Amino acid sequence: MLWFRKGLDQPVRTLTPKTSSTLHGLSPGRPAPTPSRDAAPEDVCPTHALKEHDGVMDVDYTQCIQCRLCRQQSLKNKMNWEEGFHWAQMTSTSLPDAFHHSVHVRVVDAGDCGACLNELHQLASPVYSLHRLGIAFTPAPREADVLVVTGPVTVSMKETLEEAFQSMPTPKRVMAVGTCALSGGIFSSSFAVAGPVDRVIPVDIAIPGCPPPPLALLDGFRLIMGARPENPLDGRVRK
Amino acid sequence: MTEKTLEHILEQHEEMAVTVEPNWIRIAAPASRLPELASQLAPEWAFAGIVPENDPKTQSLRLLYVFYARNGPWVGIEVRNHDQSIPTISNILFAADWQEREMEDLFDVQFEGHPQLGDFVLHDSHWPEGTAPMKRHSWEIRQKTTESRNLSTPRIVEASGSFVMPIGPIFSGTQEAIQFGLETVGEEIVFAHIRPFYKYRAVEKLLEGQTPSVALLIAERIDGLTAFSHSLAMAQAFETLAGAPVPPRVRLLRVFWAEIERIRSHMQVLAGILESTGLSVPANLIQALEEDLLQLSGALTGHRYLFGLVRPGGLSRDWSDTEIENIVDRLGTILEPSQRILDALTFDNSFLDRLEAVGTLSLESASTHCLVGPVARASGINRDLRVWQPYQAYDQITFDVPVQAEGDGYARFRQLCQEIVQSYRIVQQIPPLLPAALSQTEDFGITQAGTALGYAESPAGAVICCVSANSRGMVERCRVITPGLVNWHAFPQSVRHFAFQDFPIILATFGLSVADLDR
Ligand code: SF4
Ligand code: SF4
Repeated sequence: MLWFRKGLDQPVRTLTPKTSSTLHGLSPGRPAPTPSRDAAPEDVCPTHALKEHDGVMDVDYTQCIQCRLCRQQSLKNKMNWEEGFHWAQMTSTSLPDAFHHSVHVRVVDAGDCGACLNELHQLASPVYSLHRLGIAFTPAPREADVLVVTGPVTVSMKETLEEAFQSMPTPKRVMAVGTCALSGGIFSSSFAVAGPVDRVIPVDIAIPGCPPPPLALLDGFRLIMGARPENPLDGRVRK
Repeated sequence: MTEKTLEHILEQHEEMAVTVEPNWIRIAAPASRLPELASQLAPEWAFAGIVPENDPKTQSLRLLYVFYARNGPWVGIEVRNHDQSIPTISNILFAADWQEREMEDLFDVQFEGHPQLGDFVLHDSHWPEGTAPMKRHSWEIRQKTTESRNLSTPRIVEASGSFVMPIGPIFSGTQEAIQFGLETVGEEIVFAHIRPFYKYRAVEKLLEGQTPSVALLIAERIDGLTAFSHSLAMAQAFETLAGAPVPPRVRLLRVFWAEIERIRSHMQVLAGILESTGLSVPANLIQALEEDLLQLSGALTGHRYLFGLVRPGGLSRDWSDTEIENIVDRLGTILEPSQRILDALTFDNSFLDRLEAVGTLSLESASTHCLVGPVARASGINRDLRVWQPYQAYDQITFDVPVQAEGDGYARFRQLCQEIVQSYRIVQQIPPLLPAALSQTEDFGITQAGTALGYAESPAGAVICCVSANSRGMVERCRVITPGLVNWHAFPQSVRHFAFQDFPIILATFGLSVADLDR
């Protein structure tokens, strides 16, 4: 009872679209496609996310780990940087109707470094308060609508991930969170990594970022719930 | 004191070759003498771990047993492998148990007398015995694909009605993947097993052949929540290899951010403890303050978890004096309410009941596991690399290292609260010490092959990193000994004879990262 009252004494923390208009510290941003003559060279990128074509240095967000090496001081030309967090992408073409009721989420850690998981965990804090959107984490596979997978899918987690997917009822969605889950990220060449999530189970929503900040994760959930018009597939996220 | 003991030990082993390097003493010992040396060092030296390295003369594998002490040099016992077995020291220093198992799995080194080898890092259901992926310089590693998984854990307890309760590797919330087997005859946990390495990403193998710049990016992704400390430890090894002194301003700013990381990481563990005891209101309040710290880091470094901040020889950016002072002020406003919340908890009896005399780890147990970090200090071990082996600018700063005696859940809780206060004290001392910013940073390059050690006291404890680089500055071999690897080993001890419902609380008070253990 005591803590309940103390809780009421605290100022309201939840972000509203108005308070989140300044992105200071809420999102790290990411490199933006840049005209080749002003862009950093392809080979500064440790994960081969930079690819030049038609005079533009494009960024493959499934590979970018936001290390900012393409912005480092010693470079003559740097990549442009974009603010924002609307990073979630639909990757399945035949997505059934959006979930409009409350959504139960099961999280599988398939080799996460801890940061992607912590950003998911932050969603439950009063700042983002996931619950107000009708989203809850669930322990029971039979109740889960959405499977969230983080990490590069290690060899030892592959079967567990397959089983977790199989044990969920349909309709279900799979949300791959973080660059590791989309491409293996910096771990893609490790012998102990079985490959990105979509090599193991079908992925419906991809959220790039290392880690994607909570606002980007919310963006993904809103996409699942039909609250945001889906982005056109722009070829940056693997199908 | 330690120097004397070391001299005394060396006198008894005159026949062994001793190499003295700055802050390093290496003793080349025949394998048969290892247990004797280890037991002589054990009372005063902490066992850091086993570092595999190439013998520069023969290019064959040898093991370096690393020990460290307060204000003494680091001691390494070099043991040649010669494809024979090495006597186990896990009976003398229990801390060596997991590291020997790891060496056996990854390098196929046999340890004579070790009770349980095999099926550790590489789960037998996926990898054939003897795969030894780290031994050869090759990516062609055979993988079994057909055999089905065996989730059963070995059983120790042989009482009637006893059973093993498996938990994991998937949990209900956002916990990391690991598996526990709790043996029980009813309400009480009689024995606990851990099956880690579900998340094994082979970081140490991946580091081979990388440039320092990329190696740091990998290091910070070993454990994302203590990323800065991991990359700092590794950067120091590279900087020693390059022989380039780090500018004083950078050294101070590294301490600055390392302490902010400690505060944020401790907050996260505290929120976890509160959540496990069902106190969701204060848990949420602390979690919101953790978010404030993440936003502060994000706004000023470009990354909420400080990834990409440590660069070889420096930091990826600098800040103006006003910015630094603003950060200190902001920290003050974030910490003030947290202090009020945490103080109020010490009067909350139902909270104290859940933590007091729960999950107790005795000083003796903590010593034989050679524990590190807040978990060790909560069990009465005053071990902290910032004081034992000051690095960066810690020798210019005044701070205390709190220690608790009880070793229970409440001691670990208090330990974290007190460390936050000290970290804030450190951060406050930094602005007036900062020399003016350098106009440009020097180019960083390693031109000489060699092996160097780098270390840092991460929020969870000592991160010790041993890097061998070639003359082009590429990593040849790298060993990263993390607090997760050391501290998880003792966790099963602490849950024995406690009730099932205490398990998640005890787990939360340890605040351990699985990614840090699995690597
Ligand atoms: S931020 Fe890093 S990973 Fe992303 S494109 Fe730039 S260099 Fe590549
Ligand atoms: S994407 Fe980045 S933050 Fe997420 S698990 Fe991978 S390394 Fe960690």
